[in-house]
Amino acid sequence: MAAVVLYPAAELVRASLSRYSITGLHQGFVGLANYGRLLQQEALPAVVANTAVWVVSVVGLTIGLSLGLAQLVDARFPGRRLVRWALIVPWAASLIMTAKLFAWIYDYYFGLLNRSLTGLGLVDAPVDWLGDDATVMGAMIAVGVFVSLPFTTYVLLAGLQTIPGEVYEAARVDGASAWRTYRTVTLPLLRPALLVAAVLNAIYVFNSFPLIWTLNDRNPGFAHDTMVTYMYKIAFKSALRDVGLAAALGVVNVLVILGAVALYLRAASVREAEA
Amino acid sequence: MSGDARAARGDARGLRRTALTAAGWAVAVAVLAPYAVMFLTAAKPAAELRTTPPRLLPVDWQLENFAAVLGDPGFQSWLRVSVVVAAASTALVVLASVPAAYYTARHRFRGRDAFLFLVLVTQMFSPTALVVGLYREFFELGLVNRSAALVLTNAGFNLAFAVWILRAFFASIPREIEEAAALDGCGRAQALARVVLPLALPGVATAAIFAFIAAWNEYVVALTLMTDPDMRPLTVGITSYVTAYVQHWNLLFAASVIAIVPVVALFAVIERYLVSGLTAGGVK
Repeated sequence: MAAVVLYPAAELVRASLSRYSITGLHQGFVGLANYGRLLQQEALPAVVANTAVWVVSVVGLTIGLSLGLAQLVDARFPGRRLVRWALIVPWAASLIMTAKLFAWIYDYYFGLLNRSLTGLGLVDAPVDWLGDDATVMGAMIAVGVFVSLPFTTYVLLAGLQTIPGEVYEAARVDGASAWRTYRTVTLPLLRPALLVAAVLNAIYVFNSFPLIWTLNDRNPGFAHDTMVTYMYKIAFKSALRDVGLAAALGVVNVLVILGAVALYLRAASVREAEA
Repeated sequence: MSGDARAARGDARGLRRTALTAAGWAVAVAVLAPYAVMFLTAAKPAAELRTTPPRLLPVDWQLENFAAVLGDPGFQSWLRVSVVVAAASTALVVLASVPAAYYTARHRFRGRDAFLFLVLVTQMFSPTALVVGLYREFFELGLVNRSAALVLTNAGFNLAFAVWILRAFFASIPREIEEAAALDGCGRAQALARVVLPLALPGVATAAIFAFIAAWNEYVVALTLMTDPDMRPLTVGITSYVTAYVQHWNLLFAASVIAIVPVVALFAVIERYLVSGLTAGGVK
């Protein structure tokens, strides 16, 4: 664990303070200059804004939909096991394969999405989902939600199953309606699971590389990148090939995640204090 | 209660059940629909990929695509790398996590909380955040383009989650069982091997399958470290079926289906442990 977590983390910090040649040779320390240059990058404001939109929308939509899904697969009905199996498919499939699949479905000429929408008369002309600046983020968010649903639903399902049946029984005896029971009994008791699902999702979605890497690969520049794909492009793909600069952004990314971890731990300790 | 009222309530319950069933199946169809597109595209001949308007079903079913992919030397080498990396990293994870989890579940020691905290924090990180640092590390160790780099990375990142799941499984096994085994003349190691491990087997299986799937699906580290086309695992390798120059979407998806099916089957095996695993994993 030390070899793959602590050492690279240290190496990342060291690199962020150094200058490298384009072939990756260390050329000495430069102090905080890389961080200063990072702040001057023209693309940075847009990238940070994209990251915020990406994380907030994917996590928000995922949690909203998963609340309903968890309730559904917690209820008893014929075929529930099969429905749960279907639900784990996007979780089990590798993100890169699902991303490629959606790139194909979104395709301007040959994609089935445009075919279905024009067929149903919902849009007049095909839309270039992944090429049009107005739609690319929305299209990526939809896929982000799709792949985040299974995990979130299972976390919430685990939360639902810790709620004792007597609580519902008591609410029923008191004559509470189903919706009122859900709002005043289920949701408050589900709060710890919700918090955890939200924080973990935020971390996974923030780190989500393959989806944006794949769905955004046709668009030049950094207009639709998040902090993670931007870092990767700086380090390995763009004309910059600037390890020091990428490492500085990497350190920032790690700090963002650590912030989320701190939130998670606080949520967890609040839970233990309540228990 | 009159018979009519009871019948009405029975009807309402039947209606609810029907609605739930319909909703459940609708969800299943919605989730599986994109993967059905994947399969159907994989079964199309190349000429049918570029028809306008596009069709859902192939006109001329070409299931030979799957055989073609399996026979492709490129695919075979990616598959070999994937299998080696996933199997070796899973074995490492199990070997390291079983003793670590057992020890932390049974003993209070100095630094135990710090250790568990470190485990938790690494669980939060994905290799993506550290990929630049990882690249520097393996570059300096001369392990770029070596499967060992991927084995180590995957094992390290999946270890945390495995320890966390297993610890809860071990903690739920009553200490008295071990003590009874000791009375019957078992040594410590023997008690662990013969009594505790079999009881913890579902936990070990769950942790192992999780580790395997995570390594099987890992992308970003492999993309970065494996620049030699022959050393790429499936996740990176199959993307070469569709590039700016060639567009074999049918082969890409045939390869994807072949890569996804075993993983879904494995996941289905541990599905009933998922809920308790997530609870145990400190995730809930």
